[in-house]
Amino acid sequence: MIVEIVISFFLVVSGLFGLVGSFGLIKLRDTMQRLHAPTKATTVGVGGVLVASMLYLALVEESFSFHEVMITLFLFLTAPITAHFMAQTHIRMRVDRNELPPTQRDFGWSLFDEPPEMDPAPTKDTAKDTAQGN
Amino acid sequence: MITYAIFFAFGCYGLGLLMNLWRLARGPGRADRILALDTMVINVIALIVLYGIWQGTAVYFEASMLVAMVGFVSTVAYCRFILRGDIIE
Repeated sequence: MIVEIVISFFLVVSGLFGLVGSFGLIKLRDTMQRLHAPTKATTVGVGGVLVASMLYLALVEESFSFHEVMITLFLFLTAPITAHFMAQTHIRMRVDRNELPPTQRDFGWSLFDEPPEMDPAPTKDTAKDTAQGN
Repeated sequence: MITYAIFFAFGCYGLGLLMNLWRLARGPGRADRILALDTMVINVIALIVLYGIWQGTAVYFEASMLVAMVGFVSTVAYCRFILRGDIIE
């Protein structure tokens, strides 16, 4: 009975989190605001479903497996990466570069400016060229 | 009791998918559409796992793992295509 209550609690809470995440996607005003809702609330919702699934299979069906942990780890690792890429895409497509704050460095935003020249590390080819030159 | 909770979660994620579809059709920029597609992938993963709980089997975890990987790779590939002009340099 307690097991059923705990599993149902996880399922209901995760469903509410998923609904909040998807509702934020249509409710919030700006793209940068909209980026917050799905990448955080929906990820927690899927995590809740996976915890409920793990508890159900372990306690009711009595067959524990690590697949849920793998899916949870994968989702929690990839959600920030996709959010970062989508923010980069938005800045590149929609934001005027003059509106961005200065970077307080010698070079500007890496999305718009080329990366600064690094000191070239001595490679085999350049070493051979200098040897031939001498 | 678990059955009712599963049905509630099914309803929540199905409604969430409809909202994502609205944002996918409406979204003013490409970033919004990529975001809507990524959220749809995450909601579909949740639906597959819920169906696995409902059926009481662990068969569907491979399917949800594959959907998660394909969704991540497709999102990153689309963003890189917009940012750089090609995917593999």
